[in-house]
Amino acid sequence: MDELLLRGLTPSVLTILVRRGADFAAAEDAVQDALVEAVRVWPDDPPRDPKGWLVTVAWRRFLDATRADAARRRREEVVDGEPEPGPAAAVDDTLQLYFLCAHPSLTPSSAVALTLRAVGGLTTRQIAQAYLVPETTMAQRISRAKRTVSTVRFDQPGDVATVLRVLYLVFNEGYSGDVDLVVEAIRLTRQLAASIDHPEVAGLLALMLLHHARRAARTTPDGSLVPLAEQDRGLWDTRLIAEGVAVLQAALARDRLGEFQAQAAIAALHADAPRAEETDWVQGVEWYDELVGLTDSPVVRLNRAVAVGEADGPRAGLAALAGVDDALPRYAAVEAHLRERDGDLAAAARLYVEAARKAVDLAEHAHLTKQAARLNGLLRGPRNAAEPSP
Amino acid sequence: MAKYLLLKHYRGAPAAVNDVPMDQWTPEEITAHVQYMNDFARRLEETGEFVDGQALAPQGTFVRYDGEGRPPVTDGPFAETKDLIAGWMVIDVDSYERAVELAGELSAAPGAGGRPIHEWLELRPFLTSSHTIAD
Repeated sequence: MDELLLRGLTPSVLTILVRRGADFAAAEDAVQDALVEAVRVWPDDPPRDPKGWLVTVAWRRFLDATRADAARRRREEVVDGEPEPGPAAAVDDTLQLYFLCAHPSLTPSSAVALTLRAVGGLTTRQIAQAYLVPETTMAQRISRAKRTVSTVRFDQPGDVATVLRVLYLVFNEGYSGDVDLVVEAIRLTRQLAASIDHPEVAGLLALMLLHHARRAARTTPDGSLVPLAEQDRGLWDTRLIAEGVAVLQAALARDRLGEFQAQAAIAALHADAPRAEETDWVQGVEWYDELVGLTDSPVVRLNRAVAVGEADGPRAGLAALAGVDDALPRYAAVEAHLRERDGDLAAAARLYVEAARKAVDLAEHAHLTKQAARLNGLLRGPRNAAEPSP
Repeated sequence: MAKYLLLKHYRGAPAAVNDVPMDQWTPEEITAHVQYMNDFARRLEETGEFVDGQALAPQGTFVRYDGEGRPPVTDGPFAETKDLIAGWMVIDVDSYERAVELAGELSAAPGAGGRPIHEWLELRPFLTSSHTIAD
């Protein structure tokens, strides 16, 4: 039973039902029923045309549910006018579904849940597990989202930027349980890239591939963070890096730069360096300048200060930091890093403690506390000092 | 089986015996401490006694309804005795004695110098609703 095949077929089956006149929420329920039926039947009796099979079964389910409904007669008139189920058209019509699920009327968390369910074909249980909430909570969130978009016209053009933001949210959520959201986000972004020709879709796909390629090196088996400079680059997935760079280059060649392409370009610079010291930080600063121009985001300015610190030394980095809002979550961590490189260990240790207190991630909290502990060890003198980190 | 809440406090509890702030430990001591906590939770999963555990960020605010659209936010009404919860673990065990035993074990997580912290943990039973109908 190929679960990925099923999930890949889900969005187009759903779209076909909606095209035939089913309302979104009912169509979605019918498709979920058909998927469950497929899992039961296919291992013994695989269909010749899986998509056609799913469409037929889902359509029957939809009709059954509709007939059972109180508004039976009125709906049957609609249904009567519709064409009989037949072989599914081989056109890729999932794009509208992406737009619908990322509709601006939805909150980000609802958009994420609906996308994973309708476009990704995940079950409510799988999504709930991935987000560590009870299944009933996730079921409510999804049905609320379905109600919200039920009045949205399905043929309106959507906003690609919103879709990309939702996919990036899924990617950044990481993983737990039996669904790897990182892998799922990449799969959905690939699917989107196949159905729409847009340089920023390619930019996001490249960014995800390049980040994902470093995943094995980013944490130790016990879950501690490994900073970029200390990662074992032998663990990086060179196949993913090559793919990400190729996707990025094709996007950049079209000369319509956007923030995901620029971020991917920075990720590519890191992926390109055989050793951390060989990172092309000067080019990195140039890309951050582009990003500041595109987004003017305080977080980008903060990251730019790190790049400036590497390219032109810690003093220059601190000067770049001076213009950044110091209320940002990682501000203290960045300042600590630059102060340490500038030789002010006492200030750096104090800032690492402050950064740890502000951290929202457990692994990050432990990492920053360890940085403070390492510096405090050095400050106490060689007798008690911990080994300096590489 | 009865559920108990093990509460770990940032401040407010009496000082631990081995009371050294974590940023004064060595990085290795921190790693050992985290490892101990993880191992403890994993072992309770194996014995079927683990329910849930979460760490909480030290930031927190007090909020109170104060009229339409303007709930006041303060840093806390008890500034001198501010007692913030650092994290919790919920266990489901056979007896109070077992709960005390496990809390003691968790309190013995290694700290500075690899010696147990001996920190105070709060242990509270959950109120449950009875499934027995008495008429």
